[in-house]
Amino acid sequence: MTDSKYFTTTKKGEIFELKAELNSDKKEKKKEAVKKVIASMTVGKDVSALFPDVVNCMQTDNLELKKLVYLYLMNYAKSQPDMAIMAVNTFVKDCEDLNPLIRALAVRTMGCIRVDKITEYLCEPLRKCLKDEDPYVRKTAAVCVAKLHDINAQLVEDQGFLDTLKDLISDSNPMVVANAVAALSEIAESHPNSNLLDLNPQTINKLLTALNECTEWGQIFILDCLASYLPRDDRESQSICERVTPRLSHANSAVVLSAVKVLMKFMEMLPKDLDYYGTLLKKLAPPLVTLLSAEPELQYVALRNINLIVQKRPEILKHEMKVFFVKYNDPIYVKLEKLDIMIRLASQANIAQVLAELKEYATEVDVDFVRKAVRAIGRCAIKVEQSAERCVSTLLDLIQTKVNYVVQEAIVVIKDIFRKYPNKYESVIATLCENLDSLDEPEARAAMIWIVGEYAERIDNADELLESFLEGFHDESTQVQLQLLTAIVKLFLKKPTETQELVQQVLSLATQDSDNPDLRDRGYIYWRLLSTDPVAAKEVVLAEKPLISEETDLIEPTLLEELICHIGTLASVYHKPPSAFVEGSRGVQHKRLPPRAGSGESTESPDVGQSGPSEAPPAVIPSQGDLLGDLLNLDLAPPTATVPSVQPSMQMGAMDLLGGGLDSLVCSSPAMGAGLGAAPAAMPASLGSAPAVGGGLGDLFDLGGGVGMPTGSYVAPKTVWLLAMKAKGLEISGTFARRGGIIQMDLSLTNKAMSVMTDFAIQFNRNSFGLAPAGPLQVLTPLSPNQTIDVSLPLSTSGPVMKMEPLNNLQVAVKNNIDVFYFSCQYPLSLLFVEDGKMDRQVFLATWKDIPNDNEAQFQIKDIHLNSDVASNKLQGSNIFTIAKRTVEGQDMLYQSVKLTNGIWVLAEMRIQTGNPNYTWMCWRRPHVRECVSQNDSPVIS
Amino acid sequence: MIGGLFIYNHKGEVLISRVYRDDIGRNAVDAFRVNVIHARQQVRSPVTNIARTSFFHVKRSNIWLAAVTKQNVNAAMVFEFLYKMCDVMTAYFGKISEENIKNNFVLIYELLDEILDFGYPQNSETGALKTFITQQGIKGQPQTKEEQSQITSQVTGQIGWRREGIKYRRNELFLDVLESVNLLMSPQGQVLSAHVSGRVVMKSYLSGMPECKFGMNDKIVIDKQGKGGTTDEPGKSELGGSGKQSIAIDDCTFHQCVRLSKFDSERSISFIPPDGEYELMRYRTTKDIILPFRVIPLVREVGRTKLEVKVVIKSNFKPSLLAQKIEVRIPTPLNTSGVQVICMKGKAKYKASENAIVWKIKRMAGMKESQISAEIELLPTNDKKKWARPPISMNFEVPFAPSGLKVRYLKVFESKLNYSDHDVIKWVRYIGRSGIYETRC
Repeated sequence: MTDSKYFTTTKKGEIFELKAELNSDKKEKKKEAVKKVIASMTVGKDVSALFPDVVNCMQTDNLELKKLVYLYLMNYAKSQPDMAIMAVNTFVKDCEDLNPLIRALAVRTMGCIRVDKITEYLCEPLRKCLKDEDPYVRKTAAVCVAKLHDINAQLVEDQGFLDTLKDLISDSNPMVVANAVAALSEIAESHPNSNLLDLNPQTINKLLTALNECTEWGQIFILDCLASYLPRDDRESQSICERVTPRLSHANSAVVLSAVKVLMKFMEMLPKDLDYYGTLLKKLAPPLVTLLSAEPELQYVALRNINLIVQKRPEILKHEMKVFFVKYNDPIYVKLEKLDIMIRLASQANIAQVLAELKEYATEVDVDFVRKAVRAIGRCAIKVEQSAERCVSTLLDLIQTKVNYVVQEAIVVIKDIFRKYPNKYESVIATLCENLDSLDEPEARAAMIWIVGEYAERIDNADELLESFLEGFHDESTQVQLQLLTAIVKLFLKKPTETQELVQQVLSLATQDSDNPDLRDRGYIYWRLLSTDPVAAKEVVLAEKPLISEETDLIEPTLLEELICHIGTLASVYHKPPSAFVEGSRGVQHKRLPPRAGSGESTESPDVGQSGPSEAPPAVIPSQGDLLGDLLNLDLAPPTATVPSVQPSMQMGAMDLLGGGLDSLVCSSPAMGAGLGAAPAAMPASLGSAPAVGGGLGDLFDLGGGVGMPTGSYVAPKTVWLLAMKAKGLEISGTFARRGGIIQMDLSLTNKAMSVMTDFAIQFNRNSFGLAPAGPLQVLTPLSPNQTIDVSLPLSTSGPVMKMEPLNNLQVAVKNNIDVFYFSCQYPLSLLFVEDGKMDRQVFLATWKDIPNDNEAQFQIKDIHLNSDVASNKLQGSNIFTIAKRTVEGQDMLYQSVKLTNGIWVLAEMRIQTGNPNYTWMCWRRPHVRECVSQNDSPVIS
Repeated sequence: MIGGLFIYNHKGEVLISRVYRDDIGRNAVDAFRVNVIHARQQVRSPVTNIARTSFFHVKRSNIWLAAVTKQNVNAAMVFEFLYKMCDVMTAYFGKISEENIKNNFVLIYELLDEILDFGYPQNSETGALKTFITQQGIKGQPQTKEEQSQITSQVTGQIGWRREGIKYRRNELFLDVLESVNLLMSPQGQVLSAHVSGRVVMKSYLSGMPECKFGMNDKIVIDKQGKGGTTDEPGKSELGGSGKQSIAIDDCTFHQCVRLSKFDSERSISFIPPDGEYELMRYRTTKDIILPFRVIPLVREVGRTKLEVKVVIKSNFKPSLLAQKIEVRIPTPLNTSGVQVICMKGKAKYKASENAIVWKIKRMAGMKESQISAEIELLPTNDKKKWARPPISMNFEVPFAPSGLKVRYLKVFESKLNYSDHDVIKWVRYIGRSGIYETRC
C-alpha cells in the first residue's frame, strides 16, 4: 500500500477530478477519492467544495470508508451547516445499528459536529446510547455529553443528561465510570459552584473500586477527580491514602504523579505525629526518583513537580541528592531543572559532593547552564556557611579560566557572598579587579562597582577604577549609573581628601546631565546630605546593611499551595496558576490545600492579608527562576517604562488638531512674539520630564495633614490653562475630577474682552487614554464681558488614542464666535483609575511575579504623616486599592492595584516605615527588595 | 484535555492533523512550525506556550509529534499518551518515518479516532486495538454478534489486555531480565552515582486466562519468609547460594495487568498476562551493584599541541563468564589533527566525525585487564575556551544481572483448562547492558 501518493497531487483541476471520482460507481475508486480528499485536508488545502459529494459516500457498509467520511464531516460541517444536515439521517440510523462499534462511532462523531441543527437531533440517540447494553457504547456516550455541553450547555441541563451521567459513576464497567468522571469533572469546571460532582464517601468508594480495574488513562481521570475531594476527617483521609498508594507502582508516570498529588493533598490533613504520616513520607520518595528514569520529556515534567514538592516537604527527598546529578547527555531543559533542585537540597551533609559537581558543570558548553551552575555555587556559599570558603576558592578558580560569561557571573555572586559574610574574603578583591575590563554586562559591572565602593578603603586605586567607569557614564545602563553614583559617594566618605573632584563630577553628571528621575533624585539627595551634614551622610550611606536571606527564590506560600493541588498538570510545569494561561472561565477556581486536622497547626498557610504586625509571614521575596536576581538587583528601568504603552502604531499622523491651527495661533496672537515654535509644548520644562504617574500620586498625598479626610477622589484646584491675552480675551481655567465613576472636566470661562461671546464648542486632540467630551460644552447663555461661568464637561474614554508626551498631556481646542483657541493641559493620572480596580488576591500574586524587571519603577513621596491604614483608606478614595498588607521589620508594606480605564493594570507596593513617618517609599509594579532600599537609598528611609 | 494532535516531518510539513477541540484552530498548526520546528535556537523545553496555547512535543527520528491544548491538562498524561501513540504506530507499521506515516495515514486517523475521544485517551493497548482496527479495514464479512461483543468487552473490560479463548498446543513462556547499569565515576575512581534500571520482559504463549505469580529475591519478601520459617538457621541459606541472597529494590513499577493493591499489601506479584511479548515490570536498585567494568583514565597534556591518553579497563566478574560487544569511547578535542593508537586487545579507531577514539573488543572474560594508549596531536588554536573534556563512556553486554536480581519462580494456574504449572515450559535469561556508563577524565 502506498498511500503517500495522495500527498503529492498538486494538479490544477484537482477538485473537478475528485468530484468525478467521488461520484464513481466503483467502490474502490470512491474510497481512493475520499482518501485523496483527506490527504488534501491534512496539508491544509480547502476541499470544502466537495462537501455534498463526500457526504454521498456516507451510506456504505465499508467501515473504513465511513470513518473517513466522518473525519471529513467533523472538519467541514461547521462551514457548511445547511448541507451537514444531509448527514443526520445516516447518523441516527447508525445509532441503532446492531454492531456496537458502529453505534459508538456514530454517537462519537455526531458529538464532534458543532452545528446547532445536528445537536438537536443528537439528543434522542444520545439518551439511548447512555443506557446502551454495551459498555463500549456507554463509555463513548459519556464523553459525548461533555462534547454536547461544550456546544450547548443549556441543552444538556434541560435534557437531564447530567443526572444520567452521574448515574454512570455507579456503572458496572470501570471504563464507563472513568469516562463519566472525566466528563463530569470537565463540566464541573465551567460551573464552579454547581456541586455537580457531589463527591461523598459513597461515590468516593465507587471511584476507588473502579481505580483498581480501569485502564491507565481511566486511573488518571479518577485520581485527578479524587484530588478535588475534601475528606471529612483525618481518618477518611488516611483510608483514601491507603487505597491510593498502590498506584505509586504503576508503570505510567502520569498515574504516579496524579497519585502523588492526591497523597500530598490529603497528607495535609493527617496529624504529623501519626505513624502513618511518616510511612507515607517514606513511600513517596522512591516513585519520585523512578520518574527520573523515564523519557526526557517526562523527566522534565517530573522535575518541575519535584521542585514544588521539595519546597513544600523538603524531608521527602533530602537524602536523594545524587539522583539529581546532571548527566552529560541530558537535554538542556532537564539539566537546568536538576540544577535548581540540587541547590534546594544542598545542605551541610552533602555540600562537598554538590560543590564538586557544580564545578564540573561550570566547564560545560551551554552558556545558560554554566551561568546557572556558577550562580549555584554562590547560593551554596550563602546557604551553607561552612562551605563558603570552599565556594569562594572554587569561584576564583573559575575566574582564572577567563571565560567571559563565567567571570561575569562569578563576580555577581561574589558580591552576594561579600554581603552575607562582610569583611571575610576581601583578599580576593585584587583578583576581581584584574578582570575589570572584561565585564560588559550591566549586572556584572554594577556588582564590581559595588564591591569597589564598599571596600574603597582597602583598594589603593579605587578612585582610578571608579573614574574609569565614569568616562562613559551616559552610555551605561541605569543600574550601573546608580551604582556608580553610590560607590563614588562611599569612596568620598572614606577618602575625602583625594576624591572631592570625582564626587563633584559624578554629582553633576547625575543631576544635570541625566534625564532619569531616579538618578537625579538620588544625586540631589547625596548632594544635600554631603553639603549640609557630612557626619549624617556617613551614618546613612555607610550604614550596616541588613543580612540577605538565603531562600529568595522560593515560590510564594499561597501560590505553592495552589500549585501542589495541580501536580502533574501544566500549571505545575509553568509554576503559574491556571488562570494565568487558561482563557475563559475554566481553571479560574483557585484550589487550596485542606487544613490540617488535630493539633493547632492550621496556620500553615498564612494569609498575607490577615496577618497582623505580630505574626509576619516568612519574608519570601517573589522572583521567578532567577536565582539571585533580586537579591541585590540594584536598580531599575526609568519610570516611563511602567506607564502603560498606548498603541504605538498610532504615533504618526498626530497634530491634525494643532498642526494647522498653530499657524493661525501664531499669526493672531501678537503677544507671543518670536518664541512661538514651542507653543504646543507650552508647559513648564521641569514637568516635562517628571513621571506622570509619580506626579499624580504626589498630588494625592499632598493633601497630607488632616486625618479625618473625607474619602473620595482628590480634586486639584483650578489652574489657568488659557490666558486671556492669548485668546482674544477668553480666559479658561480648569481642573479634572472623578465623581461617581464619571470623569469630569471642570472649566471656568471668563470673558475679559469687550464684546459678548457665544457659540462655545470644545474638542480634544487624540490623546493617550482616548479622553473625549461625552457631550457638547453646555454654555447656554452668551458670556458677557467680565462674566465668569463654571461648566462641568463629562468626559468619556472612548475617543481616539494616540500616545502623548508626557503621557497625561491633553490638547484642547475651544471655539467661540470669535476664533478657535488652542491650549494644552495635563490631567492627573488618578482620573483614570476605575472603581473596579480591586484585583483578586490570587491573580495579584500571580501577576506580580510575572512582571518583568524592566517594568519596575519607584518613587518617593515625602512628608506624609499618615499611618498605613489611613493612607490606605485615603488611596482607596482615589481607586487605589490595597490588596494585602504585611509588616516586615517595622515596615508596613501595602500591596496595591489600580486599573486604568483602558484596562491596563498597575500593581504597586508601598512601604511605610512606622517609626519614621516622614517618608513613604513607593514601588510600582514590582517589589524592590529591601536591601536596595537600605543600601542605596538609606538617606530616604532613615 | 488534548485539543489537537499534529505530526510533522523534519521540514515542518504536516503529515497528520487531527483537531479534537473547538478552541484549537488551523493556525495552531503553523504556530508550532514557526516557533518550534523552524526556531533557530535549540529547543529549550518540551512544553511551549505560544499565545496562550500549550504545545507538547516529542521527536522520533526526524518526525515531530505535537499535542496542543488551551487548558490546564495533565502534562504527564499528555507525554505518556504521545509515547503510547508512538508504540501503537510502531506496533502497526514499524518504524516511525515520514514514508511510513504517509503510507498509513488513513490507519493513523482511524487509530487517533479510537484512542483519543474529545481529547481523552481511551484504551490504547495494541492487543485490543488490533482486534478491530486492521490494516485491511474492518473485515469484509459482517462479524457475528458474539465476536462484536467480545471486542467491545475487551476494549472496555477489566482485562483489556487479553482476549478470551487463546489456545496453544505447547504452553511456553520466556522471561528476560534486562538490566542497564548506569555509572558516573570521578577520574579518581570514586563512584559518584550508580544505579541499575531493570526490566522483566515476558513472552507468554499460554492458553486460556492463566493466573500467574512471579517471585524474585526481593529483600523484603525474603526477610519476611526468613522470620516466619527457619528462624533458627539464619546461616544456612548463605551456604547454598553464591554471594548475596536477596537484593534491596528501591522502587518498582508494573504493567497494568499486575494487581497493585496486592503488591502493596503482600508484596506478591500476581497477574493475568497479555498474550505475546510485554514488559511485566521495571525496577531500580542502587545498593550493592556489581559494576562489570572499571575504567581508569589518564590524560596528560604535553604542551599546547599534544595530548597523551592512557585508558585501562578491568573486568570485574566471574572469570567463567564472558562480556560481549565491549566498546570504549574516548572523546578527543575538536582541534584534533591526528591520532595514534596502540591497544592490547580488540580494535581501536579514531573517528573524526564523532570526535572520539572508539575502541572495540568482541569478548572479554571476567577478572581481566586491558589497555589502550593514544597520542593525540592538536592544531594550535587561538580559541580561549577550554576543552570541556566530556566523560569516557562505555558499552558492553554481560550474561548476568548486575543488580543481583534472581527469578525465584513464575507459577502459572489455569483452573478451567487442564494444564498445570508443571506442563508449562519456562525459559529465563539474564542480560546486563551498559546504560550511561561514564568515567570523567
